[in-house]
Amino acid sequence: MTVTITLNGIRRTGEVQADTSLYTFLRQQGCLSVKCGCETSNCGLCTVHMDGHPVLSCSVPAFRADGHEVTTLEGLQKEAEEFGAFLADEGGEQCGFCSPGFVMSVLAMVRELPDPTDEEIREYLAGNLCRCTGYQSQLRAIKKWLAARKEGDK
Amino acid sequence: MYTASNYVLAQSLEQALELNRKKSSAVIGGGCWLRLGNRRIGTLIDLSALGLDKIQEKEEEISLGAMVTLRQLETSKELAAAFGPLFQEMVRHIVGVQFRNCATLGGSIVSRFGFSDVLTGLMALDCQVELAQKGRMPLEEYARLSPDRDILTAVVVKKDGRKAAYQSVRNASTDLPVLTCALSRKGDLWRLVLGARPGKAMAAETDDAGRLEELARDFSFGSNMRGSEEYRRHLAEVLTRRALAQLEGEQV
Repeated sequence: MTVTITLNGIRRTGEVQADTSLYTFLRQQGCLSVKCGCETSNCGLCTVHMDGHPVLSCSVPAFRADGHEVTTLEGLQKEAEEFGAFLADEGGEQCGFCSPGFVMSVLAMVRELPDPTDEEIREYLAGNLCRCTGYQSQLRAIKKWLAARKEGDK
Repeated sequence: MYTASNYVLAQSLEQALELNRKKSSAVIGGGCWLRLGNRRIGTLIDLSALGLDKIQEKEEEISLGAMVTLRQLETSKELAAAFGPLFQEMVRHIVGVQFRNCATLGGSIVSRFGFSDVLTGLMALDCQVELAQKGRMPLEEYARLSPDRDILTAVVVKKDGRKAAYQSVRNASTDLPVLTCALSRKGDLWRLVLGARPGKAMAAETDDAGRLEELARDFSFGSNMRGSEEYRRHLAEVLTRRALAQLEGEQV
């Protein structure tokens, strides 16, 4: 069967099987930032935005994305680079394996919660596991990035 | 991961029911739990074109479509206004936002998992399930039935002025719960629900708030890798006390 999605602003069509996941389809379309870390819908590494909302691409069947807008890290490079610099400065990426999914969740969070508290940040990002950092450096990076954005808006 | 030979985006409930008569067929909700198994599915039935993804408030009840996501329940202003923080508390510890944007109410209810936060929370309210063939039945009765080939289309919650509180304990944040507890009050009637015992959620009622902890102790509990029977019995009393304090407006 054929699936057509708007991937990072560009209309893309591909053939999928009934049991193909969105994650597999996106990798086939060349979006290699999307990775699968756990196989149990738990780690958040495969997070992409579907119609603006963060979803686990490993759990969404590819056919369900038909006709929808999907955004991966490749489609948000400018924002990702900007936040990524703060992440690097605070030592918040380390091995970097979880970073694509983590960055996608952070970018989704600021659209829903423009001025989140520490507790709201922790709760929103609870679905993104990182085995290196202990999360403190990531929290520092997010807070400094949000403060810099606020300063830039003035 | 499951395998499937065919996929059908159902155009009507009748079509979905007809396809689901075959044992090899499966209705897909959010796909989060289905993918954890290795079922070989003939036809995967998708209900997402049937408009079941809406929360509809009516005069006396709120209808929650089977394809409503857990995140919709969490962020719904209508549900918060009618029942307080119950819905938010019920789902906020389930994995993460991206999981809750996928997982559906229908998937959570139909699976009838013992550890289900959603089943525990909803059983504290006056809820009925709406089934394509059998029509409406109380959620508690539905939870006791074995799965069959009927299709859940909605959960209907009565707006009867009931307020409810929700508590759970997890060994680690976002893990499955060790115990779940929901307590509601309507007039003098208190309804206590305990789930993840580790068995399926069960309810008990009393008109004496002073008896609630005793009622909690009398539920049946079991042991598994997340906690012992004794620990769960102790937690049941503690969570019941906290839920009661929450409903009475005290700091927990």
